[in-house]
Amino acid sequence: MNMSYQVDEKGYYGEFGGAFIPEMLYPNVEELRSRYLDIMKEESFQKEFKDLLRDYVGRPTPLYYAKRFSEKYGTKVYLKREDLCHTGAHKVNNTIGQILMAQKLGKKRIIAETGAGQHGVATATVCALMGMECIVYMGEIDIDRQAPNVARMKMLGAKVVPARSGSKTLKDATNEAIRDWINNPVDTHYIIGSVVGPHPYPDMVARFQAVISEEIQNQLQEKEGRKDPDYVVACVGGGSNAAGAYYHYLDNPEVGIIAVEAAGKGIDSGESAATSALGKTGIIHGSKTLLMQTGDGQITEPYSISAGLDYPGVGPMHANLFRSGRGEFISITDEAAMKAGLELAKLEGIIPAIETSHALAIFEGRKFEKDDIVVINLSGRGDKDLNTYIDYFNL
Amino acid sequence: MNRIKQKLQEDHKLLSIYFTAGFPDIDDTEKIITDLEKSGVDFIEIGLPFSDPLADGPTIQESSTRALKNGMTTEKLFSQLKDIREKVEIPLIIMGYFNPMLQYGVEKFCKKCQECGIDGLIIPDLPVDVYHEDYKELFESYGLINVFLITPQTPDDRIRYIDSVSDGFIYMVSSASVTGSTSGFGEETRKYFKRIHDLNLNNPQIVGFGIKDQETFEQATEYAKGAIIGSAFIKHLEKHGVEKTSEFVENVKALT
Repeated sequence: MNMSYQVDEKGYYGEFGGAFIPEMLYPNVEELRSRYLDIMKEESFQKEFKDLLRDYVGRPTPLYYAKRFSEKYGTKVYLKREDLCHTGAHKVNNTIGQILMAQKLGKKRIIAETGAGQHGVATATVCALMGMECIVYMGEIDIDRQAPNVARMKMLGAKVVPARSGSKTLKDATNEAIRDWINNPVDTHYIIGSVVGPHPYPDMVARFQAVISEEIQNQLQEKEGRKDPDYVVACVGGGSNAAGAYYHYLDNPEVGIIAVEAAGKGIDSGESAATSALGKTGIIHGSKTLLMQTGDGQITEPYSISAGLDYPGVGPMHANLFRSGRGEFISITDEAAMKAGLELAKLEGIIPAIETSHALAIFEGRKFEKDDIVVINLSGRGDKDLNTYIDYFNL
Repeated sequence: MNRIKQKLQEDHKLLSIYFTAGFPDIDDTEKIITDLEKSGVDFIEIGLPFSDPLADGPTIQESSTRALKNGMTTEKLFSQLKDIREKVEIPLIIMGYFNPMLQYGVEKFCKKCQECGIDGLIIPDLPVDVYHEDYKELFESYGLINVFLITPQTPDDRIRYIDSVSDGFIYMVSSASVTGSTSGFGEETRKYFKRIHDLNLNNPQIVGFGIKDQETFEQATEYAKGAIIGSAFIKHLEKHGVEKTSEFVENVKALT
């Protein structure tokens, strides 16, 4: 059987994906769907994208052999240093790609949603770079929690609009961004921050993030004489850094895919964001995917200490990796993640984002062979989380 | 014959009202429906509340949030509608988002609709092609008409496709907006109304979004068969409670 874990021509990953959108969004989404692949293939687009990733973002990011961390856990661990990207996380790979896409589509106005503010900052950054109007929707509660990122966005010239509906967090910010797009159907491009939303977004964002796995292949070839690791590990909220790290390995069964979700205070605590364990098939933000919801189909509010992982759904690619068994899904509690973040700081001199710390925490429970090569996507740096680390460890 | 189709044959402009089930109070559903019929409304959209109503503006988002807090569920709504056909005769449509129906079970949902005497569904986030491939037969087997939306940006060929899949009326969104967000119709909008009228579609059009009073109702129905009021009625309920439904309807219908 020729089974692929990539998107199919109808916009589905197995049973997940599609475009469950109100008719008001159809012209925008259809315009993007019918043109994104051709635009991405254009030589001028490729050149601009690659040049910016190199000269502005600072790519390729290093693939670093974490010697002391490896010794501690008795296996070979490489860290893909997305934390060294401009703006501090992998998010900018996608916003660079999408701002160029928006320009090719002739759009004048950019909107985005943000939870913790990382994607908002990455979007505000590229809008400043290109001189484009930028409006970022952010839950009112998150605006209070993430003041430094709000200030960053403002410095970069973006307008930050509070989402006051529903639970006033990421999912509501996404609703508000979608409503903005409905109200401004002609001149606006919506830069979604993860591999979520209606087709073609999950695929388009994954393709922009795929630079991560492409580089891993080249760098591993150089360091180990083979381009395939035994495992690729990444944390999954919506799943964009994971999609980027897995991308070139999706259809290679020799490479194990490990997805790490936030268990919050524990899967059964009622305060969790472990969508694969707690979610059922449903529709969120235009995509059929695994979704945390009540028995009545109302979307519930997830919880994680890391704001970047508390999305009630998961990208359809990941829902399919889970359902098909291609991916191994592990959930990590707040406590374990915080400990792992501190440990990496002490062992390797790298303070990771708390999202990333979840991926680092699996080694306590998940054992690997001594010769296994395990690549962890170090998706972001921990500067933004300093207050959380300070409070948690009484630093 | 389906009550919606029958109603569409009547020789006058139709007024439809939307309300969110469970708002302002959980048990207001029956009273609102019966009062709307008594007031001379032609058909009713019963809103099944959803936590994340993408196509709606702040008014309906808020009424939905309140309805859910009041304890409204799919099962609860069906229990409230169980005997509704003993009390009202006008067409009843359930308007809701797809996820709650998916969780309830789409076939079970359709069956319950039929048992309660529901005539049609409006599901903004169920795209026409998915409906066509996966659900059309099912809906029709339970006597349900599914209503699709078009907007000023919908290309003509797509409007024709939607027209071919529709069997009742087309919900014509008045402008590029979520619900409850416009103030009167400008020249552009009226040109759009005329343009759609001139396409001579098989299905009549009912205009929604931005209709709130007699003036906007008249404008919306200059070419279309009727119009739907939602947010303005929710605001009325918020302000005056459920006792003054007839006043609201009379104000809209004064000259029609």
